[in-house]
Amino acid sequence: MDKLLFGDNQFFGINHMSEEKARAQAMRFQDIEAVIGVLDAAFEEGVKTFMCTTHDRIALVADHMRANPTKYADFTFYPCMPYAHKYANAVTEDGMLGALKRFTPDEGLLSATIKGGMSFARKDIEGITKLLIDAEMKMFHGLKTPVIFLQNVVTDLLLGLGFNEAFRIFDDHIRAKYDAEPGYITMNMPHLVSVLEQVGIENPIVCSNINKIGFRMCGGQEAYERTLREKKVRAIAMSVFASGALTPEEAIKWISEQPNIQSIVFGASSRGNIKSTRSLVDKYFGADTVPA
Amino acid sequence: MIRVGVVGVGKMGLSHLAIINALEGASVTAVCDPAGYLLDVINKYTGLNVYPDYTEMLASAELDAVIIATPSAFHVDMVRAALERGLHVFCEKPFTLNWNDAEQLAALAQERNLVNQVGYHYRFVGAFQETKRLLDANALGKVSHVLAEAYGPVVLKPKGSTWRTKRTQGGGCLYDYAAHPLNLLNWYFGQAEGASGTALNKIFSRDTDDEVLSTLTFQDDVISQISVNWSDESYRKMSTKITIWGTNGRLYADRQEVQIYLRKPVPELADYAAGWNVRYTTDLTEPVSFYIRGEEYSGQLEYFIAAIQNNDGNNVNSFKSAAETDKAIAMMIDDFENDERPRAPVAAASTKKRFSLFNR
Repeated sequence: MDKLLFGDNQFFGINHMSEEKARAQAMRFQDIEAVIGVLDAAFEEGVKTFMCTTHDRIALVADHMRANPTKYADFTFYPCMPYAHKYANAVTEDGMLGALKRFTPDEGLLSATIKGGMSFARKDIEGITKLLIDAEMKMFHGLKTPVIFLQNVVTDLLLGLGFNEAFRIFDDHIRAKYDAEPGYITMNMPHLVSVLEQVGIENPIVCSNINKIGFRMCGGQEAYERTLREKKVRAIAMSVFASGALTPEEAIKWISEQPNIQSIVFGASSRGNIKSTRSLVDKYFGADTVPA
Repeated sequence: MIRVGVVGVGKMGLSHLAIINALEGASVTAVCDPAGYLLDVINKYTGLNVYPDYTEMLASAELDAVIIATPSAFHVDMVRAALERGLHVFCEKPFTLNWNDAEQLAALAQERNLVNQVGYHYRFVGAFQETKRLLDANALGKVSHVLAEAYGPVVLKPKGSTWRTKRTQGGGCLYDYAAHPLNLLNWYFGQAEGASGTALNKIFSRDTDDEVLSTLTFQDDVISQISVNWSDESYRKMSTKITIWGTNGRLYADRQEVQIYLRKPVPELADYAAGWNVRYTTDLTEPVSFYIRGEEYSGQLEYFIAAIQNNDGNNVNSFKSAAETDKAIAMMIDDFENDERPRAPVAAASTKKRFSLFNR
């Protein structure tokens, strides 16, 4: 994994500080060319991995990369699935099963399973999960996706429910079908890491908020530090600037002092910001301190 | 350890189940839902005890509290049965479809000294809590006008049929979306005294409303305009906002931030200056022990468990406070249905009857 991964919140009107800023960003990036322009700037600054939600608009970015294979030969996607609001709104509209039906390409399997009456057999849950994963992955066909993430809302929902088996299903399918490494985004990193350990998922890639002020580090900063120090985990830090509450310099300096952080994922809308983040990471992490 | 039963595992119930199951002071001893296939999956993969029947769950599960996340039309009977068994109750919003029922349940909970909470999670959002603090400190002086808004992309085409698409079941923009800003108004300004100019418009739905407009009056001549629309695709997800004008300035709050313009500084608020002040959610949010999709969802359940542990039946978001919101909703429906301006009929016939109990 690269030290610096490029995130996509800024492209979709997600801003944890202000709805006004979020809307301004949504307007600015309405045209997919504007998104591609910023991705090109990141690429030219050496930030070549795009960690992105499986939002419908990402399909347009993927189309662009596929159409220019030489230019983007080194460009890498880390898909994060699913785009949860799509499902949440569908559940409100169609109910749980209706929503599931809407997103499962092979309706027959789902209907048969439910009509079966008795119970979801293990293979049915697995089958449906695989279908949903494959539907989300369709847009990345032919592109490099060496790490594929489960989005935090889903990870944390499963974690809270104690549906630990689901992590195993995700893990197995991502490795077997996509020859990729599974990753997990979470807001409850210490809790998740111990559960993954329990189900035999070793040295997982886990992306979570890690920042100096402890913003959305659930379970507490101390537990995060202990997990980073003592557990076998490949950690990716997000929200390192705590949504703007920290200056970039103090944020990156603090991150560089934490053990076992492999990568930082960050979002930016301009070449200037990408460049300055890049140089701060070079300054505090050095060129070789983090394995690529 | 507080033993909890979760009733109804739809969107909210599933989220509550996952949060409460992860909390240290609580343990889920029963999950109840009529959908057999869901129960099978939950039981098989999480080992939780499941019950297809509510009465059976109450009779045989070991419980201290229940979380009820069924459609609102079922709330009254379920909540009453739980209270009569001496269980603490957390119930989803909107609480009831008839505010008389809500007040009776509030009285019953109080009589039995049981914790009684409704899932109006915006009261656990840092920015809206800060708004309450600012209003209590009289930051804005005499308040004259409040704009209460909520927008989001729920119903975007004429399709779908679930309980949420029928007003008689507690579905629709008024119950689902508008209830939230209305509940904030109740928190800030108390019980609404009257509703006028109410419009419950259909945009895509057949059996319920997609857009809600109304003018509500509160004590001390506070007038509030309600503008709510759940068929607004320009929003990525639900967005609730409150703007308040007073003699000493203006306040705007949403989930992310509070912006307040003060004409003169306020002695009780040393941390606020004259002119613009902005406070962000990152500063206002209390950390939670387990997070799924917003601190407020975890915060309200942590609070519920703590209230049970502390034997505190005087909790926020009480049935009594939720009854105020049910009453405001009833006023708006009544205003709309008795309006004599010519317009196309909207509500199902049974809705009208249901709310005829309401007298202004």
